[in-house]
Amino acid sequence: MNKFIRVNMSSGEIEIQAVPNQYIGLGGRALTSSFVNDEVKPTCHPLGKNNKLIFAPGLLSGTSAPNSGRLSVGAKSPLTGTIKECNTGGVFSQQMAKMGIKALVIEGMPEDDKFYVIKVSMDNVAIEEAPVEILGGCGNYDAIAFLTEKHGKNVGIAIVGPAGEHRLPSANISFKDPEGNIRSAGRGGLGAVMGSKKVKAVILDDTGAGTVPIAEPEKFRAAAKVFANALLSHPVSGQGLAAYGTDVLVNILNEAGGLPSYNFTQGRIDHNDIISGETMNATITERGGDGKVSHGCHRGCIIKCSQWYPDKQGKYITSGFEYETIWALGADAGIKNLDLIAYADRAMDDIGVDSIEVSVAVATAMEGGLLPWGDGEAALDAIKQIAVPTPLGRILGGGCAVVGKVCGLYRTPVVKDQAIPAYDPRSVKGIGLTYATTPMGADHTAGYCVSGNILKVGGDLDPLKKDGQIEYARSMQIGTAAVDSTGMCLFVYFGIADSPEGYQALIDMINAQYGLSLTSGDVDKLGESVLKVERDFNKRAGFTNAHDRLPEFFEYEALPPHNQVWDFTPEEIDEVYNF
Amino acid sequence: MKIKVKLFATLREKREKEMDLEIHETTTPGDILDLLGIPQSEVAIIMINGRHSKLNASLTENDTLAFFPAVGGG
Repeated sequence: MNKFIRVNMSSGEIEIQAVPNQYIGLGGRALTSSFVNDEVKPTCHPLGKNNKLIFAPGLLSGTSAPNSGRLSVGAKSPLTGTIKECNTGGVFSQQMAKMGIKALVIEGMPEDDKFYVIKVSMDNVAIEEAPVEILGGCGNYDAIAFLTEKHGKNVGIAIVGPAGEHRLPSANISFKDPEGNIRSAGRGGLGAVMGSKKVKAVILDDTGAGTVPIAEPEKFRAAAKVFANALLSHPVSGQGLAAYGTDVLVNILNEAGGLPSYNFTQGRIDHNDIISGETMNATITERGGDGKVSHGCHRGCIIKCSQWYPDKQGKYITSGFEYETIWALGADAGIKNLDLIAYADRAMDDIGVDSIEVSVAVATAMEGGLLPWGDGEAALDAIKQIAVPTPLGRILGGGCAVVGKVCGLYRTPVVKDQAIPAYDPRSVKGIGLTYATTPMGADHTAGYCVSGNILKVGGDLDPLKKDGQIEYARSMQIGTAAVDSTGMCLFVYFGIADSPEGYQALIDMINAQYGLSLTSGDVDKLGESVLKVERDFNKRAGFTNAHDRLPEFFEYEALPPHNQVWDFTPEEIDEVYNF
Repeated sequence: MKIKVKLFATLREKREKEMDLEIHETTTPGDILDLLGIPQSEVAIIMINGRHSKLNASLTENDTLAFFPAVGGG
């Protein structure tokens, strides 16, 4: 990957440079976060001309390494005000890597009010006016179909929906998946940054692209085989995720009393089986038609946690129908209908909003009296208003913190204004430390301590006790920052957490591709350096340790059934980043 | 004494997902797996009243005992 592309939307200038020296050894999150910290003014307004948006494939993307097709997107977040790295599946990452593109940067902002499409091919980068057909309320499904028809079925597409055009803080960037459906770089409002730069879509045409060069092909193939075996032989990454999707977590979190419900006032519900992964699997199987229990979000995925969820007639509704979305609408908002939740998931993908942020905002809006508790039809209607956007649509699209403020609530589940997802920090204490301290704002994927606390993969900690949690949250965040830099799906963790040879194979693949001799110590150092870069940006943006705290209500509202409160002291929380 | 037993994910295949059992005071979660014909190797997580537990744990009247295979997500 030897090209570093900069598109300046202020001047219309396009530069195709050699990769700057300091970024040659980086990929994915390490690259996007280093770049944002180097070039974005930390105090800039995220929607102003000084923010920059960067897309970067991971170190292993574009190779035959299983599950290496994740793309990192970075900028200063309009939701949190912090640095943001958000990663996604789809075909974009592998195409960028095969085209030799280390990174694509969009900077500046045009003075006129038109939207544009950036088209990147092997020998050209062009800025074109966006076709009117995909503007002004056109959903992402139709827009992707239109652009695919216009530019060819194999093109990669990154697009913002109506929410991104309106620069709402929950706007995501959607990516075409192998079948023309949608994957999302969901969290932190990066779609609003793209919308602020008046870029409706980026099209990648990889016609003429070669293969990614591998320094030592034999070694690479051997390591990839060991790695694939580690993933396939683990019951979670090999079978469980494919069968039930991530939604299998509803029942285990519910049983453990860690399923935040009715705006974080209960840890367990009675209607869990209406929204569980077991029910989703049975429903898809029974309905048939377009339904698929198992589906991969990018080529080369062997875990296949995604699925196609069909309606009663067997017609596709949505894919990538994740636990966190289903939890937020099903348990936190109390909507007892998986079909309505599926239509809401589709609507959020189509409008281009983060389905975690907006779904938690729906639950908060119910507590605030904007919507009736548990009313799925009302929630779906309100979500669709984000595309217009009506005042209610703008409020929901503003995210959970905005909803909490306009409703006058103290019980607003956010950290750094990003909604807390699907695991209650009072009864899954390790994940609370990640929510509090990650540079991203509340984000379970930044250090998934649920694994050792509840799932007992890669660790065994008592979820109700503080013992060992600080060290665990630290090591999980460091490891995750490294994995996010490789282009690997985070779920490879389940396959390699308890498999030293699987973990070594991941390092061996990087070494074989680049002709390096990294050790596991180097990988830890990479993770640490990424987190330090991100913390540095946040510090310069005005964030202090006082922002690394959970909302106060967790300290004094005990969560049934275990009646736990959040009891880490500020000094203990600050220990997580003592490295 | 009476307890409630819950099964999840693959453990539900061809079995009831929830049942009330009348057991002896010395019966352990491991004994109940034997009774239900579930190989211990298929069970990764045991919870009693929402707390992680072991195959040889003691059970008391009205406990809820839950068995899970290896599961993950995120």
